[in-house]
Amino acid sequence: MTSETGIGAAVRRKEDARFITGMGRYTDDVNAAGQTWAVFVRSPHARAKIDGIDTRAAAAADGVVAVFTGADLDADDIGDLPCGWLVKSKDGSDMIVPPHPPLAVDQVNYVGEPYAVVIGETLEAAKNGAEAVVADFEELPAVADLASAASAQQIHQTVPNNQCYDWELGDQAATDAAFEKAHHVTAIDIVNNRLIPNAIEPRAALGEYDAAAGSYTLHTTSQNPHLERLVLAAFVNVAPEARLRVISPDVGGGFGSKIFIYAEETAVIWAAGKVRRPVKWRAERSESFLADAHGRDHVTHAELALDENGTFLALRVNTMANMGAYLSTFASSVPTYLYGTLLAGQYRTPAIHVQVQALFTNTAPVDAYRGAGRPEATYVVERIVETAAREMGIDPAELRRRNFIQPEDFPYETPVALTYDTGDYEASLAKALEHIDYAGFAARRAVSQANGKRRGIGFSCYIEACGLAPSQVAISLGAGVGLFEAGEVRVDVTGSVTVTTGSHSHGQGHETTFAQIVSDQLGIPFENVTVLHGDTGRSDYALGTYGSRSLAVGGSAIVKATDKIIAKGRKIAAHMLEAQEEQVEFEDGCFNVADSNQALTFAEVAFAAYVPANYPLEDLEPGLSEKAFYDPPNFTYPAGTHICELEVDPETGVVDIDRFVAVDDFGHIVNPMIVEGQVHGGLAQGIGQALLEHGVYDPSGQLLSGSYMDYAMPRADDLPSFTVDTTVTPCTHNPLGVKGCGEAGAIGSTAAVMNAITDALGVASVSMPATPETVWRAMRRE
Amino acid sequence: MEVTMTVNGTAHSLGVPDNALLVDVLRERLGLTGTHVGCDTSQCGACVVHMDGAAVKACTVLAGQADGTEVTTIEGIGTPDALHPMQAAFRENHALQCGFCTPGMIMSAIDLVQRSDRLDERTVRAGLEGNLCRCTGYHNIVKAVLAAQESMQEGA
Repeated sequence: MTSETGIGAAVRRKEDARFITGMGRYTDDVNAAGQTWAVFVRSPHARAKIDGIDTRAAAAADGVVAVFTGADLDADDIGDLPCGWLVKSKDGSDMIVPPHPPLAVDQVNYVGEPYAVVIGETLEAAKNGAEAVVADFEELPAVADLASAASAQQIHQTVPNNQCYDWELGDQAATDAAFEKAHHVTAIDIVNNRLIPNAIEPRAALGEYDAAAGSYTLHTTSQNPHLERLVLAAFVNVAPEARLRVISPDVGGGFGSKIFIYAEETAVIWAAGKVRRPVKWRAERSESFLADAHGRDHVTHAELALDENGTFLALRVNTMANMGAYLSTFASSVPTYLYGTLLAGQYRTPAIHVQVQALFTNTAPVDAYRGAGRPEATYVVERIVETAAREMGIDPAELRRRNFIQPEDFPYETPVALTYDTGDYEASLAKALEHIDYAGFAARRAVSQANGKRRGIGFSCYIEACGLAPSQVAISLGAGVGLFEAGEVRVDVTGSVTVTTGSHSHGQGHETTFAQIVSDQLGIPFENVTVLHGDTGRSDYALGTYGSRSLAVGGSAIVKATDKIIAKGRKIAAHMLEAQEEQVEFEDGCFNVADSNQALTFAEVAFAAYVPANYPLEDLEPGLSEKAFYDPPNFTYPAGTHICELEVDPETGVVDIDRFVAVDDFGHIVNPMIVEGQVHGGLAQGIGQALLEHGVYDPSGQLLSGSYMDYAMPRADDLPSFTVDTTVTPCTHNPLGVKGCGEAGAIGSTAAVMNAITDALGVASVSMPATPETVWRAMRRE
Repeated sequence: MEVTMTVNGTAHSLGVPDNALLVDVLRERLGLTGTHVGCDTSQCGACVVHMDGAAVKACTVLAGQADGTEVTTIEGIGTPDALHPMQAAFRENHALQCGFCTPGMIMSAIDLVQRSDRLDERTVRAGLEGNLCRCTGYHNIVKAVLAAQESMQEGA
């Protein structure tokens, strides 16, 4: 039974009280006495040799406290920004990692790359100082896109052909053999357009050095403060972990872009130690465009082999993935283990082979952005399946149905290294078809036709893998960190409960969802549970929030901790009630002795643990506080069907989404209101990719889409209202039976929109973003 | 220059540089950090406040232009115990996630309702196109504004 605040209830969020009244506390709201300001000096060139940096005028400028370059960091043994996942090429060699100093030393490799930082008494003084820094650049020809990446211009001395790695997965021989037998082969060439994440809060940092303790505190906009601390301590060498505290207070959206350890916060925390004063930095939006890690940017050729009934025989995929100029923190894992492994989709394709070339270009680093590899995989699979259906004259829903992995097939081992634990793909397809009124589509299309419009419908049956795990498997595949999560449940003397988690909320509502779980588990009022996060000084080392892992991994750690609380509580209650431990049951917040009327409330037991008058001190430690680490045995596999129905105006090329249905299977749901919100936001980003957003560099490597006037963010009047529903097959291997919902919207929706546009137009392909001009031209091309 | 303005009902006289922006004065001089800065091109709307009752983007208003005006920020429209109907509707309809765009969105939405006779989904969407949200997909924001319209007009 669902209580009003327990698991399954649409509880209104605890965190909202501060956000709607202007009392949120974001990094830029935090200031320290005597703080200075940092302004970064950034490369105007996509590729240039640095023959010298003259900082004398800047250092002498009014109000400038200090000017630092890469040489200063180097002199202090500050290391390179590392990449946390080592991918091996198909020939067994390690990927090539070019040097990535926080401040460029000899060469700049993308527009916006920082090569100096000016510390000023005020922001204005630092800006004026930054303008006075003079670098002697020798401009070099740039490699601006994937098409020219393998050309003669070699960006890094150590990286021939600009190739980071050439990776493969799957059985090539079996795949080739299946293609030999194919009745039909569908081939597509697609581009997954570069996106710029654009959390509305720009990145920021405040570094403080405590000379008395020799310790550092960094406030920063991070999705994973512990990872930030680990990297800054162990790899970048700013300070030992024990003397570095990283705090991520309220963070205004991340979408992946705030996972990574960037140059700016590295330089800020280091500089705070050098100038012995707090140093503050906040990005201007133009800096976010230039220097936040971008997303996607794949060029792919794919082929699908089918028999005469439309049964999939094999899938062959060749992808070039843009890494940008340097390897960002998790860049290498995105187009490999988060992409190639997802190419089975929801289908029983028996043979799959994928090859991915990761290439460097003179553009901003590319890394995980909402979905990270899985949207790219879904786009390949769902575009090619839809295309095959049209080519073979099979209804696209029917073709998918014929190839779905069936409920009785689980656990299902794919040809690309994953084992799906559970799912029911037909159930979500059926529900989505009902919501969209698929039966009525033909009639609606006729009406549109009569009105001079073209109506189309597009499907996307996506799968994703969340809660990247288990640690041992990931580490064996090149991950540099474990992938568990930590949770602590601290019962206070009076029975209220403080929960700490390594997961970080930057919009996801953990303070509410996790409180619902603990309230339910311990049978205590929701109001009595407070969730703390985002501070390495408060919680144990853990990995933070990315890949829709917070509930499945972080929530599971908290459940494990509450289990330990209950187990200890039973021992205490047994002593107090003079019963055997086995006789004590815990239900609805009470410890009861079976078949008796003897009972103690949770608060009574908690009090006894801290005021141990009647307590088995000889056998049991006092106190009631437990922590747990949870390392999942497998990924979770959310899946679902998204359907987009839209009209195109053939005169203008304008696309108008008439209805959008998303039916997702996230397993059990803790807070349906929050889950729907996550889906809505993901859909907006996926639809944004399809219709609006595009990170564009010109051939010289200048970023053309460097502001909100040039980069089309989805606005309220660009989007429809959504129909969102769920089906449930509980995850089989975590205590809550949950899967993760943060990325599904962005993973599934893009292909649905593009399938609908190509259906409306009756053309094989339209490139993203499908702006009116692109659509208008596509109509006239064929 | 000297600027005199009433902010959330309290009169202030401040000496500010001629080029000071209203948003910086609010955030840095008056400590009203609920008003946010999300861009540098006046596009995102995170900084929207009311000046003499009308929504303005505080990142594009000089503090000097606010001289003699009444400014209301997110901190001035309600408290956790006595929320403005728009604040209550945002919470009730889960119209916020990370909360960063929320103050500007709420201030724009209040202005939109106040200057409109009758809003529907289409006009709410058109009316909020000056405010970016990256979290919600706007779905619940639209719902919240329509719901708040009901309660604000009942209350009027």
